[in-house]
Amino acid sequence: MDIKGANLIKGISFEGLRVVGDPNEYALRYYQEGIDEIVFIDAVASLYRRNNLKEIVRRTVNEVFVPITVGGGIRSVDDAREILSNGADKVAVNTAAIWRPELISEIAQKFGSQCLVLSVHAKRDNKGSWEALVDYGREHTNRDVIDWVREGVSLGAGEVLLTSVDRDGTLEGFDIDLIKSVSSEIKVPLIVSGGGGNPEHLVEAIGVGNVDAVAVASCLHFNKITLQEIRKSLLGSNIQIAEH
Amino acid sequence: MKRVISIIDCGIGNLLSVKNWLSHVGVVGKVIKEPEDMRNAETLILPGVGSFYGGMNGLKKKLLIEPIKEFVRAGKPFMGICLGMQMLMEYSEEFGRCEGLGIIPGGVEPIPNTKRNGQLHKIPHIGWNSIHPTMNKNKMWDEKIYDTILNNKNFYFLHSFMVVPSDEAYRVADTYYNGRRICAIIGRGNVFGCQFHPEKSGKNGLMLLKKFLAL
Repeated sequence: MDIKGANLIKGISFEGLRVVGDPNEYALRYYQEGIDEIVFIDAVASLYRRNNLKEIVRRTVNEVFVPITVGGGIRSVDDAREILSNGADKVAVNTAAIWRPELISEIAQKFGSQCLVLSVHAKRDNKGSWEALVDYGREHTNRDVIDWVREGVSLGAGEVLLTSVDRDGTLEGFDIDLIKSVSSEIKVPLIVSGGGGNPEHLVEAIGVGNVDAVAVASCLHFNKITLQEIRKSLLGSNIQIAEH
Repeated sequence: MKRVISIIDCGIGNLLSVKNWLSHVGVVGKVIKEPEDMRNAETLILPGVGSFYGGMNGLKKKLLIEPIKEFVRAGKPFMGICLGMQMLMEYSEEFGRCEGLGIIPGGVEPIPNTKRNGQLHKIPHIGWNSIHPTMNKNKMWDEKIYDTILNNKNFYFLHSFMVVPSDEAYRVADTYYNGRRICAIIGRGNVFGCQFHPEKSGKNGLMLLKKFLAL
């Protein structure tokens, strides 16, 4: 769930952000419908250099009893501590971690690797590989995604959230090549995201192997499909998911 | 007057989530910060995440170790969550040997990093997994906290270490991670520990909480 100010928003390839609605209403709805986990990302924290999610997270954990991961503008151990003490179970880092990788080991040592998710926004380059973007898709880093994932995990990230910038919001299916490249390397749980439009997409992504979770946004926010329909399809394809 | 459940703050843990979880079922969570607060405690929850050493150190600094042991000796209901469950044991192998509360015999070890078939699998063990009652030779699973409704139900796990009780009798329920047996619920008298996060396990977690509060 991408957040700007007080709103749940969604874009395509991180652009053209549309307001979807009230984050807490949507979080509660998804919880009641049986979602496994919720990720909140502040889409403008790096831009405005401030953290906004505290209140939204606090209200969420009042009534939602599944794990919550929060990212966007986490720049220090103190930022992580604040978000964790306001109800988050895990923090996700991206921009600040690429510019200062020591942040990863600092947070991991303080709170444990299991609290730390490395969020990577991957955009295809013209060399057959992927570049990691930061600042919610606004800035280039020249950093190779596979290389960066390797480094981030070695520094202590307990989980990786891998999002395809190219496929994000398109509902056209995941970037399977990207998933294949990262999943074969990775030693910690991997969440893939970006492009999930229907259950077949999810089955395809999971079929790559070594994928532990799938994150979706647009297909649910814009009512293209219901969570129930997704679950039914996955179960029908013999994929093991939690029953709620 | 709502019933008060005491929550121990060992320094690291999602206290807010536990408080909200308790509110949701109609009781009030009160955080224990010092030994004085333990005087009137009737039901205790010890949540915790992160390092065993960090958690035990937190308890030591707040002089809560003895009061906790006394509480347990009095037979009152106690639930440890995640790290809180691990701290119930005698020791952990985390970074060299570190002493725990010693309420349940046995220790804490790393989850094996290979599947049962020998292939490597991922650590931490993160995600939803189903729990199953243990079938001890001498007794059936402990019905006090583990309702048959919870058979094969899913709970949220997030950990790299697991408890290994020295006696099977203390295992109430297990989960399996790629064929590796992991203790999901531990029990001794009125002391219970959950390796998973019941406060993050939706309806199933709430069901378990109600069972615990009925002790």
